[in-house]
Amino acid sequence: MRSRKDRLFAILVLSPSIVLLGLFVYWFIGQTIYISFTDWGKVAPLAAHPPIHFVGLENYKTLFTGILEGRFRQDLVNTFFFTLFFVLGSIGLGLFLAILLDREPKGKGFFRTLFLYPMSLSFIVTGTIWRWLLAPRGGVNVLPRLVGLPALRFEWTNSRTQILQFDWQDLPKLTVLVVAAVLAFLVVRNLRRGRKWQGLFTGIPAVGLVLWYVFGGDLIPSAGLLFPEKHGFNLAIIGIIIAAIWQFSGYTMALYLAGLRGIPEELRESARIDGCNEFQMYRRVALPLLKPITLSAVIILGHISLKTFDLVFAMTGPDHASTDMPSVLMFIRTFRGNQFAIGAAIAVVLFILVALVVIPYLFSALRARSST
Amino acid sequence: MSTRLSPTRVALYVLLVLISLVYLIPIYMTFITALKPPAEINLETAWIPSRHLYWASFADAFNRMFPNLRNSLILTFFGTILSALLGSLNGYVLSKWRFRGANLIFTLMLFGMFIPYQIILIPLFQTLRNMHLYGGLPGLILAHVVYGIPITTLIFRNFYVQIPNEVVESASLDGAGFFEIYRRIVFPLSWLGMVVVVIWQFTQIWNDFLFGVTLTNHEWQPITVALAYLAGGQAVQWNLPMAGSILAALPPLLIYIIFGRYFISGLLAGSVKG
Repeated sequence: MRSRKDRLFAILVLSPSIVLLGLFVYWFIGQTIYISFTDWGKVAPLAAHPPIHFVGLENYKTLFTGILEGRFRQDLVNTFFFTLFFVLGSIGLGLFLAILLDREPKGKGFFRTLFLYPMSLSFIVTGTIWRWLLAPRGGVNVLPRLVGLPALRFEWTNSRTQILQFDWQDLPKLTVLVVAAVLAFLVVRNLRRGRKWQGLFTGIPAVGLVLWYVFGGDLIPSAGLLFPEKHGFNLAIIGIIIAAIWQFSGYTMALYLAGLRGIPEELRESARIDGCNEFQMYRRVALPLLKPITLSAVIILGHISLKTFDLVFAMTGPDHASTDMPSVLMFIRTFRGNQFAIGAAIAVVLFILVALVVIPYLFSALRARSST
Repeated sequence: MSTRLSPTRVALYVLLVLISLVYLIPIYMTFITALKPPAEINLETAWIPSRHLYWASFADAFNRMFPNLRNSLILTFFGTILSALLGSLNGYVLSKWRFRGANLIFTLMLFGMFIPYQIILIPLFQTLRNMHLYGGLPGLILAHVVYGIPITTLIFRNFYVQIPNEVVESASLDGAGFFEIYRRIVFPLSWLGMVVVVIWQFTQIWNDFLFGVTLTNHEWQPITVALAYLAGGQAVQWNLPMAGSILAALPPLLIYIIFGRYFISGLLAGSVKG
């Protein structure tokens, strides 16, 4: 039998890690949240005992409505577009590569190794190389010249163009519209699956929100800035998205390959007998079975992209506003400017974004573990 | 499936070769730039390799980054060993000595590998400064060991779960204790787990940048930080950063090429299954 002494050993062996993680993860998170409610950094930030006062939500107000931190709001927009295209691109390309390799070409192992090697590189190496590849007067832009075509003129990370511009003041209005659109999508899906009641339940708030937007648009509060403030999708980010997809598409490919391997040959065969061609087989049989993998890929890539720091640092340096991300701004405010409280507040916002993505995922994994 | 070369088969190979080129182009560009004499580097002819191989950039980059290479080696060595050791013991307890709430504790531990490290960076910096560990390698190693615990624990646990409990039970009926079971049974049966963890942690720690740039002073910076600053200036001589990139990429790349299968296992383990 397992003795009492051994059970004690087990707890003793685990406890250093629990204590370390308790301190270095949970206690530190608490401390950062506390710092974000203070004014640490205003006066003598690096003194042994700097004067620190509790200021409540002041730093968050500065970040979301202050004139000084418009850069932070653009960073959030940058992160949004970066995450959107990076996740879509990596999943799309990864799935495509996985399906190509699932066709069992000769040299499958070689191709797999080739598509995945960027994952072993540091973001700094990737960023350095792609910075050179995307130099506006060289690199990819002069590639067409080799076959006699004119050079491309896109400035990549130096681009100053911003598209899809919107006024930050309208953000609450836009949110209403987006929520209404999502609900409308759910209504259609519910009705198509014959779930009338669910359709009605999602339909009523959708109609309500649309009516609010159309007739009561002025009643929706603005975002609380003093002046209108334009933000949008900086095209400079495209270069960083490309480098990130180059690095991570192999990862999604590996995830999907593992999933495709798990689909039994009988299932594929019966799809073929039912008259599916290969394309339809992937669409109708494989993709639905791969749904859990797509979900994990979205979560893993999504949280990685929110945290992106090294790649931006290496490709454009930390002081390049058009490709800035919250993680980089946090570094600058904290370690360049010694504005610890503002840095902490940025970190908390970033943390909340990541937690929203990760915590449901971790708890569903916990439930799965507990049920076995 | 027929193995004859049907048109779709040809299209498949054409596609694969074209995509391969896209993945290889950055390597091509890195090497030809690193091997060019500085005078020959200009944006217009970036794609055309030089007729004269110029190896001096590698020597130059190596000399400049030698202290950083040394730092990264020390850091990666100790960080990997220590976090693997802790992860192995944790995984053993969490798979074979489960107690009430073990799953919850495990989940709470895992959370540590998903957080954006910015959320702990200020207190970490303060704590290391108070412990007089800020600036040097011991503090950086400590950070990598602590924040490496979740992933190493996860990978080891998933390996140890596969060992049948009967084996452990019968050993304990024979009078084997906690450590003996670990040493005689669990560890030898899953040395592959150790390979996966060591490769994963080596790559992670070697490639880290955030901790390196915030927790060390100039003398103790790891190679990634040195490379970022080598390439970061405005009037860059591109042969040097390219040679530096090759030096910084070489250790993890070699490991990937030699132990690819185990690297992929680590990669897939990160998506929290089991």
